[in-house]
Amino acid sequence: MSKLELFLGLDVGSVSINLVLLDQRYRVLEKLYLRTQGKPIAVLSEGLERLHHTMPAGSTIAGVGVTGSGRELAGAMVDADVIKNEITAHGMAVLQSIPDAQTILEIGGQDSKIILLRNGVVSDFAMNTVCAAGTGSFLDRQAARLNIPIQDFGSMALKSRSPTRIAGRCAVFAESDMIHKQQMGCSLEDIIKGLCEALVRNYLNNVGKGKEILPQIVFQGGVAANEGIRNSFEEALGHPVIVPEHYDVMGAVGAGILAHKAIQRGQATKFRGFHSIRGKFTAKSFSCSGCANLCEIVEFFSDGNIKARWGDRCGKWSAALVNNSQADILA
Amino acid sequence: MTITFPHMGQVYIPVKALFDDLGVPVVVPPPVSNKTLEIGTRIAPEMACLPMKINLGNYIQSMEKGADTIVLTGSCGPCRFGYYGIVEQEILRDQGYHAEIIILDAPGRDPRDLLRKIRKISGNSPWKNIIRAFIQASKIVEQTDKLQGIFLRKRPRELNKGQTDDLQSRFEKQILQCRGSKEVMRLIRSFQVKADGIPERADANPLRIGLVGEIYTLIEPYVNLNIEYKLGYLGAEVHRGITIADWVKTHLSMDRKYKKQRKEKLKKGANYLNLCIGGHAWETIASTVDYADAGMDGVIQILPFGCMPEIVAESIIPSISRNRSLPVMTLTVDELTGEAGYLTRLEAFVDLLSQKKGTVYE
Repeated sequence: MSKLELFLGLDVGSVSINLVLLDQRYRVLEKLYLRTQGKPIAVLSEGLERLHHTMPAGSTIAGVGVTGSGRELAGAMVDADVIKNEITAHGMAVLQSIPDAQTILEIGGQDSKIILLRNGVVSDFAMNTVCAAGTGSFLDRQAARLNIPIQDFGSMALKSRSPTRIAGRCAVFAESDMIHKQQMGCSLEDIIKGLCEALVRNYLNNVGKGKEILPQIVFQGGVAANEGIRNSFEEALGHPVIVPEHYDVMGAVGAGILAHKAIQRGQATKFRGFHSIRGKFTAKSFSCSGCANLCEIVEFFSDGNIKARWGDRCGKWSAALVNNSQADILA
Repeated sequence: MTITFPHMGQVYIPVKALFDDLGVPVVVPPPVSNKTLEIGTRIAPEMACLPMKINLGNYIQSMEKGADTIVLTGSCGPCRFGYYGIVEQEILRDQGYHAEIIILDAPGRDPRDLLRKIRKISGNSPWKNIIRAFIQASKIVEQTDKLQGIFLRKRPRELNKGQTDDLQSRFEKQILQCRGSKEVMRLIRSFQVKADGIPERADANPLRIGLVGEIYTLIEPYVNLNIEYKLGYLGAEVHRGITIADWVKTHLSMDRKYKKQRKEKLKKGANYLNLCIGGHAWETIASTVDYADAGMDGVIQILPFGCMPEIVAESIIPSISRNRSLPVMTLTVDELTGEAGYLTRLEAFVDLLSQKKGTVYE
């Protein structure tokens, strides 16, 4: 029996850490959506351990891809084959599952982005720059304040008859406006729906400014679970909005696909098995005094051996390590 | 009288040589760093553009090293920069600094005023020496840009990763030890030879990206978060429309041929923008069209937060991008810019270009 070759995709973000196992036809065999809780190393180790146990008998990991804001860290931990930015990963995942998609709306924990796809490649993109109003963290906070489980937030919005208008330009002002509307006696459903509309307006005016949004439109990221937001997008854009099955882990799926493509091109995987991740990972930071920038350098260790460094503006520290590993290879 | 001046990329190289030649004591401000920006941010109005905050930081750091006279160029208000000198002087005075600011405005109504100022900062050297020093300085500008060009070309092609950066940082250390234009010139030439000798990968076929935007942001690496290095490392060859030499030739020299070429280039943008609306907006538009003509893979516009002329240009660029199917990305920088998000955008843009070009997806 030939061995089943699987690909591991990781998306290490600010709010969640997502892990997926893909087969060679990019079917998601297993997925995990874990809260980062400010402890990426511990949560990722735990996730990998859990994923390891779900692997079918006789299967092996043939390649690993990582993405997300914590990609450097995760890449160093698992010896990833591909370390890619979120835009490319998300674009890749959609192109494989919905080939005729032309627009991706992605709203995650702390950032939101729009990606335009034309002729099967990413043709343009934008990310939120100055403001986190309208991202998952803000919705989480508002749900908590209104004492509604975040899962019910979207369905409540759908019950609204006459949505109120909420000022969505800024998270702080949106909150005070919501309080004001509550005190005017508006129903909770109408306020929540108003908030959804405000967030969509904010997203389209900031992130989506000047972008040509054509169907098929795909909506993904953690916030895509929210039917209220999805519904408001459909109303604002006048087109149906598709939420893919694995909307919450699309970045990880993309990373896994990119790993497969790298291996297909003949790159040998650097992944050395789950046992190699069981070591003790530690990170230390210090302030470099080489110049007045005083960059904070993070050093990442596995069982006491240095694996990676980052945070330096000039590249002196991160480059020193690259050169060392090159020297190792040559030796 | 000990002179200092604001940083803008490698402008310090010719300027220091100029004052060295004239025998006028000069303090080169410490390289722009977080500390520089911190000082500037503390004393500048919050909504002032980023370059001004850095200027102020430069002055104060130079004064700590003994400078008492600040020289900068004015430009009679193409944008807020036109008021920098005056406003900066007021701010420094409010902070209790008594340095003299000498603003060199382009000769307008009163050319004698400019000449008087030049004579003054030259330590009253004879005109013959002043002219000679200026000629030498302009040659240094040209050679510095040439060296810079070699670095840009080599970085995406180098065989041993990091060799170009290594050479450049050695150059930047040694150049500060040089005194006078002769020594400076010798060092630049020797590094040009060294840079030319950096071995290249045989299969190198880098993407070509044009940079456009506000001049200070383009030229000062601290402000643009070292965009040229970063793109170089991601495997792209960077082209920059605005260099120090361009600025000198446009504003200070009598080079007729250059001015004619410049006019022709500006005409390229005529379908989109056909007049000066301040700052470098016209150049930004014309260069974007020019890069499309030159077959660049993509263009990146870069501007400091709140820069009006570039904001206007930003809203025009999408039509060029559409008509010429040229991917363009705009980056705004200020003191709050996060480096991680910035790098993500650059990486994604380079991926986008290589996909479009049909090169390997990596």
